[in-house]
Amino acid sequence: MKRKVETYGLMAEFDSADAVVVAAQRANDAGYTCMDAYSPFPVHGLAEAIGFHKTHLPLIVLGGGIFGMIAGFGMMVYSAVFHYPLNIGGRPFYSWPAFIPITFETTVLCAAGAAVFGMLALNGLPQPYHPVFNVPRFELASRTHFFLCIEATDPKFDPEATKAFLQQLTPLEVSVVAA
Amino acid sequence: MSSETPDKPAPVLTVLRPGHTYASVTDQISAAVLTTHTPRWWLAAVGISLSIVMIFTTAVAWLLIKGVGIWGINVPVAWGFAIVNFVWWIGIGHAGTLISAILLLLRQDWRTSINRFAEAMTLFAVACAGVFPLLHLGRIWKFYYLMPYPNRMSLWPQWRSPLVWDVFAVSTYATVSFLFWYVGLIPDLATLRDRAKNWWGKHIYGLLAMGWRGSARHWSRYTMAYLLLAGLATPLVVSVHTIVSFDFAVSQVPGWHSTIFPPYFVAGAIFSGFAMVITLAIPLRSLYGLQDFITMRHLDNMAKVMLATGLIVAYGYMTEIFIAWYSDNKYESYVIFGNRMTGPYAPTFWALMLCNIAIPQLLWLKKVRHNIPVLFAIAIVVNIGMWLERFVIVITSLHRDYLPSSWGMYYPTIWDWATYIGTMGLFTFLLLLFIRSLPMISIFEMRELVHEQAGEHPKEGHGHGPAQTHPTPTVE
Repeated sequence: MKRKVETYGLMAEFDSADAVVVAAQRANDAGYTCMDAYSPFPVHGLAEAIGFHKTHLPLIVLGGGIFGMIAGFGMMVYSAVFHYPLNIGGRPFYSWPAFIPITFETTVLCAAGAAVFGMLALNGLPQPYHPVFNVPRFELASRTHFFLCIEATDPKFDPEATKAFLQQLTPLEVSVVAA
Repeated sequence: MSSETPDKPAPVLTVLRPGHTYASVTDQISAAVLTTHTPRWWLAAVGISLSIVMIFTTAVAWLLIKGVGIWGINVPVAWGFAIVNFVWWIGIGHAGTLISAILLLLRQDWRTSINRFAEAMTLFAVACAGVFPLLHLGRIWKFYYLMPYPNRMSLWPQWRSPLVWDVFAVSTYATVSFLFWYVGLIPDLATLRDRAKNWWGKHIYGLLAMGWRGSARHWSRYTMAYLLLAGLATPLVVSVHTIVSFDFAVSQVPGWHSTIFPPYFVAGAIFSGFAMVITLAIPLRSLYGLQDFITMRHLDNMAKVMLATGLIVAYGYMTEIFIAWYSDNKYESYVIFGNRMTGPYAPTFWALMLCNIAIPQLLWLKKVRHNIPVLFAIAIVVNIGMWLERFVIVITSLHRDYLPSSWGMYYPTIWDWATYIGTMGLFTFLLLLFIRSLPMISIFEMRELVHEQAGEHPKEGHGHGPAQTHPTPTVE
């Protein structure tokens, strides 16, 4: 229970994508590490600017695909060769070419499931409550405006100094985010 | 690239009318959903489509009571309307996936304003398609026999059967299409949550948006997930209609047993799907005043895709006819020349040639592609033609067996028609619910488009300056 601060962080508001990328880059250069930026559409370079470089999602999707492939093919081989072999016109029990279409489908199904549920899990969604929604103007983050939030958990965070730092990035407004 | 592009002084076709801002695209698209004013035409259309759904439920109820004998199917034509309609509907769905996945991978910016409702069209078309094989089972309540499940008889599905492949292909396709559509909706649901005025709107959209807040980390994973889904959906959509064609091609029936089937089925699916997207886009853009977002460029490009895939389909027909002659196989050539072209169902064959090959050639003319009523009419003709194609393939290949003693005719009954027209009502009804309750154009991707267009029109001029970094959105 690290309940040491009453605020979640300080949030600066911008009206252009370029401005928030520049601001995030400068905050990163200034040594802030715990921050996040919010935008109404994916902004190129913004994730890199806040110091987020790589997502492991492709690996999860690859794992899902391999699982689907092995599970699908394995199910058919197990049932057709071992569990209930049926001799139909002398055709081989292990007729693997006929198993490929279903193997392909189970591969795609599991990989797609891994992509969606992996993305949601890594993003921590669904999340019923998040402090950034306490800022009234934050509803513009899904419409027109861009936000940069430096979080109170940052070791360099100081209510006054960080506010002054954010002010010099020429935002429209700086607001305190209640926890 | 120097000063003025000399090739075309013709009016520039843009994917988004210039002058739009983040706020204007957001407000205009979400207003259609968040308004408390429900348009009259919408209520009327729901009334009509719901009445047709009633016809559908009646037909299904009667089918459950009496069995598939109420349809026109009998030996030798055991596959009647159910299979024709199944293939037709599933083919229509394919354009939605093509637009949202393949055009995303190819970085075609004109996909943005049509992908959302095209994906919804896919979902509803697949739902209508899925109804038919289930009804065709006769004993619908035993449908779960198709899936591998633990049972006391230790029985498994027959993995070597294309019909079982089809079950997996269609159910995977439906699931992945839904996931793709929902993932695309999440940021827009957040927009609706933030812009909704009443309690219900805030809470329902809020629940569905799952707390999306547009974080840069989230966007990073989100775009990656979306890209990977597009990469997975692309081979999937090809596999689905390939497997549907295997239902025919793997059998030994003359007229079905052909290696050209998978590619020409896939092309035919895209052909009919684009025809359906045009059929839906033209009324939607005028009813909702979306001419800024669904521009002439979209209609022009879709007409071109329709023309191109139509030519592939024509090539498929020609190959079938050529091989029937060249193979010198008497059964093959009888099916094509003795039956399809001249037999009792010959009018459907020639109507198919007219609808799918002759009339779409008008799309070579720019004047035709830019004439909205004519384009709409051609799209309808292609929809009919693609339905006729499946009718010709299914019925004419079956109704004359090898021995004349086992020949027969297939005539659809009123229940065949009621079920078929009923699914059209179901499709329309679901689509109407969708356009009233969810944004029919992807809002966040439109904002992205505004951003990109702003980036390529620096202050100096209209995109002719050297600072141009993005490909220009003008056509040709």
